[in-house]
Amino acid sequence: MRFMVLIKATKDTEAGVLPDEKLLTEMGKFNEDLVNAGVMQSGEGLHPSSKGARVRFSGGKQTVIDGPFAETKELIAGFWIWKVKSKEEAIEWVKRCPNPTGGDYEIEIRQVFDPEDFGEAYTPELRAQEERLRAKAAEQS
Amino acid sequence: MTASETHRAIDAVWRIESARLIAGLARIVRDVGLAEELAQDALVAALEQWPESGVPNNPGAWLMAAAKHRAIDLLRRNKRLERKHEEIGRLRTVEQEGAASEVDAALDDDVGDDLLRLIFTACHPVLSTEARVALTLRLLGGLTTEEIARAFLVPEPTVAQRIVRAKRTLTEKQVPFEVPRGAELADRLSSVLEVIYLVFNEGYTATAGDDWMRPTLCEEALRLGRILAELADAEPEVHGLVALMEIQASRSRARVGPSGEPVLLLDQNRARWDQLLIRRGLAALERADRLGGGRGPYALQAAIAACHARALTASETDWVEIARLYGELVRVVPSPVVELNRAVAVSMAFGPQAGLELVDALASEPSLRSYHLLPSVRGDFLVKLGRPDEARPEFERAAALTRNARERELLLERARACAEDSAPPGPASA
Repeated sequence: MRFMVLIKATKDTEAGVLPDEKLLTEMGKFNEDLVNAGVMQSGEGLHPSSKGARVRFSGGKQTVIDGPFAETKELIAGFWIWKVKSKEEAIEWVKRCPNPTGGDYEIEIRQVFDPEDFGEAYTPELRAQEERLRAKAAEQS
Repeated sequence: MTASETHRAIDAVWRIESARLIAGLARIVRDVGLAEELAQDALVAALEQWPESGVPNNPGAWLMAAAKHRAIDLLRRNKRLERKHEEIGRLRTVEQEGAASEVDAALDDDVGDDLLRLIFTACHPVLSTEARVALTLRLLGGLTTEEIARAFLVPEPTVAQRIVRAKRTLTEKQVPFEVPRGAELADRLSSVLEVIYLVFNEGYTATAGDDWMRPTLCEEALRLGRILAELADAEPEVHGLVALMEIQASRSRARVGPSGEPVLLLDQNRARWDQLLIRRGLAALERADRLGGGRGPYALQAAIAACHARALTASETDWVEIARLYGELVRVVPSPVVELNRAVAVSMAFGPQAGLELVDALASEPSLRSYHLLPSVRGDFLVKLGRPDEARPEFERAAALTRNARERELLLERARACAEDSAPPGPASA
């Protein structure tokens, strides 16, 4: 099963402060362990929300709101996609992640939907269509 | 946390920590078999205590401390029985390393060296290949005896026996827990690489109907290879093997069709190749090349795999380069099978006639006498040269030699197609 591991934003990430060398080294080692174990599928860091935008839908109307956004704790600064055997394994790995702030910090683990999670509603035809779509997307990337 | 959640957490901890735990213990007690038993005892203690107490913050250190307590108990008992004085010495070492912080330090400091020692010991040439494989998966992969048995399609008691005997042999032959040096290193390293690649191939040849444990072997081999590459990073062939495995593994989704039938390399949907693994494979190959000293057999095979990985479509494959690489490979490891592969690459690069000449030179090779791919390849070249009459008996011979039912069907199909092609033109073939 796959999990998305969400790295929350902090004042620093929102201010565009890049991690120091110590954290980079520790994170590099942690990432290497994840890759070696075959856990890491992908991972990306995100620019501060000041470089992002939101599109708000209200009925048929859409409003574009440019970043930055206020509620730092609710923002995401990066994510990993991990392949593990159980949620508990994902937790064990997260526990080994260096604390980016040194202080209070939270990392969120969310399970990614896999075809199996849809049960019988996920017919072989739908699965084939999904695989075609994925193959196409991979071709374009 | 429910009991089953705790058990899954313990599974995960074991998977992540067991190799380091056993390696650390083996350094202290100087006996891999004993180290493994102590680690198992610690696991049992965790299974008893964690459902009550919860998973500790640093589970690796907890397990290490529990295993050391057990070691002290054991050695004390031995002391009372006035057994080996040497072990009493070890007991002191164990007692001195009591404090939790020191346990942590011991785990972190030498853990790389310990793991490397453990890999070399598990793959020691005093053991049979099968024993090396089982012991490596058990000690370094953290797999259970049952999992290993399922993966290799052998009864569980067989694997259990292999492991028990292997551990006993290591003790009896007093195999030192160390990384070999100097001239011995090259030999011992090739034994390690052989074990890892064997595990990988066992998983890679698994078919759709097989137990899911079999394909897991690929991941296990990759894990071992990557860790070894980190620990022995000055050895080009280690990176070569990792490169080869990463690139081969990148194709695993594309090499089986919807109903489990194998899809040949050139027919695979390349969009389904895993780009992350390809990138890692190419990077590993680059590392091997940067170390210099010429490419060994693994790096050469990886370089060939890399040619395919770099081609966006099958028609863009650089066959001239592949043919050249096979030429190098056949010089490093002279083998008629490699030469046969070279013939295929040469035919793709320079036409079927050039390939046919190489294959014909192999016709008298005794080791290929019952190898179905020889007539199958020859038949293929003859078809391409427009000689179906000669191709047909080749396919029939190949069909008679193969042990794989699906492959036999395919070969007979090709033989029939040859018969139709060579039939005089009539209304039916118009």
